[in-house]
Amino acid sequence: MLTKRIIPCFDVDNGRVVKGISFVDLVDAGDPVELAAKYDLQGADELVFLDITASSDARTSVYEMIRSTADQVFIPLTVGGGVRSASDVRLMLESGADKVSMNTAAVQRPELIEEGAKGFGSQCIVVAVDVKRIAPGKWEVFTHGGRTPTGRDGLEWAREAVERGAGELLVTSMDTDGHQSGYDIPLLRAITDAVEVPVIASGGAGTPEHLYEAFTEGGAAAVLAASIFHFGKYDIPFLKQYLAERGVPMRPVEPAEQGDA
Amino acid sequence: MDVVIVDYGAGNLRSVARAVAHAGVEPRVTAIAAEVERARALIVPGVGAAEDTMANLRAAGLDGPIRDYIASGRPFLGVCMGMQALFDLSEEGGEHPCLGVLGGRIVRFPYGMTVPHMGWNTVTLRDEHPVFEGIPQGSYFYFVHSYHPRPSEDATVLGETEYEGVVFPSVVGRENVVATQFHPEKSGRWGLRLYENFLRLARERGSIAPAHTAAT
Repeated sequence: MLTKRIIPCFDVDNGRVVKGISFVDLVDAGDPVELAAKYDLQGADELVFLDITASSDARTSVYEMIRSTADQVFIPLTVGGGVRSASDVRLMLESGADKVSMNTAAVQRPELIEEGAKGFGSQCIVVAVDVKRIAPGKWEVFTHGGRTPTGRDGLEWAREAVERGAGELLVTSMDTDGHQSGYDIPLLRAITDAVEVPVIASGGAGTPEHLYEAFTEGGAAAVLAASIFHFGKYDIPFLKQYLAERGVPMRPVEPAEQGDA
Repeated sequence: MDVVIVDYGAGNLRSVARAVAHAGVEPRVTAIAAEVERARALIVPGVGAAEDTMANLRAAGLDGPIRDYIASGRPFLGVCMGMQALFDLSEEGGEHPCLGVLGGRIVRFPYGMTVPHMGWNTVTLRDEHPVFEGIPQGSYFYFVHSYHPRPSEDATVLGETEYEGVVFPSVVGRENVVATQFHPEKSGRWGLRLYENFLRLARERGSIAPAHTAAT
């Protein structure tokens, strides 16, 4: 049976992880390779790196980071942030990313989704949909990290993104993001009912129950979380056990091989 | 340069190459037909669409050498699109003839299901297979695909996976050929073990030299 996925998310600046991590037991908390290896051992099902490097001069740092991580960690890696063109997608995939997440550029120029899907396959094109609720059952798409309203309807954009070739949607509620008060379940339900591709829930996880709700009531295939791992509040083995005991299919955490750190 | 990974312009070659290196042998990644012909162990990876895959293989003049290599009896591993390309025909985006090494066709999951089938799922082997040695029955592997094989010969189905009520062949092969729908290079510990087993198999058959250095 296909298991539901738990995906830790890291913000990356200049090739270094700056947010969304547990700083426990690490020599160098900002080293993406060390973090990725640690979360792999803990049973993370995938990893997402979001590049927030502001300076375009420093953007090549993200490719180096993807290479060093993908060379040593053998679970799927998604990279997002600053993807503007099909050649950006190609560079990330060639560096070792398995999936590329696009957001603002896809809203501004939706053909980018088609170019990515045609060139490299839908399986590696994730469209990140950031929305705010404007009325019950109605959400507006925002870009630029949630700063810019677009006037676009969230459900319509989700459908269009999939029609254009997105293989997966990463849905973030700007209302719940950062509050640790739970995912926007009506939003997740509306989007998972509207599209056939897997949906990753993002924004608002604070307790194990929030993850459970995203999977069961929200219909999410995966949950993305950062804060819940911050301060080591809940680790992945605990969350997986919690969810498995409640009937959510989970890939068990594999015991470490002998000789593994 | 004993272990060859076929480069026909598809993504994720780097991941496959690093996983093979991690398993103990630095592979050669190539698009040159003569190097495929000389290979002692051959891996065809791949993601993307069947039509492009076959067009790229033909344009590079690699389809014939891959068939000849397999016919020679040397160890072959196909991954995802590299597995689908082995069959007679793919229905992805029309009907596209493939390599015809295995009988049958590649078909889409029924409409109404969530596709791609993306994430970690279990594989149930029909019989023991040396490539799965030491890997517990029912272990999890990482899948991402919308199409799957429908072999015409049941004997070529080596392992199966269930997704939303559909049971499909996730490991296929015969004799020197083994191929997986899932991505061992993205399947953590057990995926790396599969590559180790494949290299060991090639070594035992005298195809490649013993590992000189263990991967770090």
